[in-house]
Amino acid sequence: MVRAIMILLLCQLAGTVVQEGAGLPIPGPVMGLVLLLGILAWRGGPDDELRDTANGFLKYLGLLFVPAGVGVVTELHELRANALAILIAIPVSTILAIAVTGILMQRLSRGNADA
Amino acid sequence: MHKLLPLPFFHVWAYLQTQPLLGLTATVCTWELASLLDARAGHKAVTNPTVLSIIFLAAALLITRTPYSAYFTGAQYVHFLLGPATVALAIPMYANLSAIKRHFAAIIISLGAGSIAAASSAMLIAKALGAPAQVVVSLGPKSVTTPIAMGIAQNLGGQPPLTAVFVMLTGMFGTIVCTGVLRLARVSDWRAQGLAAGTAAHGLATAHMLRLNQTAGAFGGLAIGLNGIVTSLILPLLVRLFGI
Repeated sequence: MVRAIMILLLCQLAGTVVQEGAGLPIPGPVMGLVLLLGILAWRGGPDDELRDTANGFLKYLGLLFVPAGVGVVTELHELRANALAILIAIPVSTILAIAVTGILMQRLSRGNADA
Repeated sequence: MHKLLPLPFFHVWAYLQTQPLLGLTATVCTWELASLLDARAGHKAVTNPTVLSIIFLAAALLITRTPYSAYFTGAQYVHFLLGPATVALAIPMYANLSAIKRHFAAIIISLGAGSIAAASSAMLIAKALGAPAQVVVSLGPKSVTTPIAMGIAQNLGGQPPLTAVFVMLTGMFGTIVCTGVLRLARVSDWRAQGLAAGTAAHGLATAHMLRLNQTAGAFGGLAIGLNGIVTSLILPLLVRLFGI
């Protein structure tokens, strides 16, 4: 497990170094994801240890968003001042984006499924 | 809170506020409680443990008048793991690599359209309802994962902390409604469901999809990264187009 955590952390570190060094707008962990994907494609897939550890992390992905989410309390004043605009803009735009992306992707990927 | 407590308890309370233990324990305990409630309710969309935990903890901070920074002293250890967990998304993505390659054109077109729909509708509605320009711009990247979204808001003259809150509200709302909206839109394909969840409501909805289906999770993970890139390219054009 420690070796798998080492791989994840090293990818994140390398991604962060590239991001900071090159001043890219893409966050280090996302760069690390791309790097690990490249390594997996090169090595022909993860071993059992890496797969189990990664799936262990991802099983609790929802928990990891909680601390940032609680940060909502820091902007209550601004939210209250623009409550109506926010309460309509966020739900409508989110539903629209889910529907547009989902419908298009289902149509287009079905279209070339045999290709 | 302070005035309600007898002096020895006040000392303990004041001490705990400076230590990571309380914030970390509260986060883990609240998650367990929320998961239990979610399981009891039969894993309903509205009982998503992430959404429940955020509501419970935010309420607890407000009631006890605990500053967010005191809470985050402990919660940062959970927050930190988000980095390696993001990297770990490479594993389900690798398992779906051939499907991702095969449908790459479809992915780019659907995600691009969803990304433009999300940013344009959010900004136009807020503008029409009289929100100030700073708030409108801060809403633009709300469907993008937090670190990229904050960077985009900064570049366009928005308020990054406010954007972070909009990102979270979008994630919570998207997590609750995504399964229902996709059912109404008759989207049954897991690849399309995952891509839609990740594009509209980033990692929060992707975490939700991952619990339902591995393929959906992989496409959600892909959408998080791609939408970050697409939105950072498109949003400056939209802001100029709408005259914000």
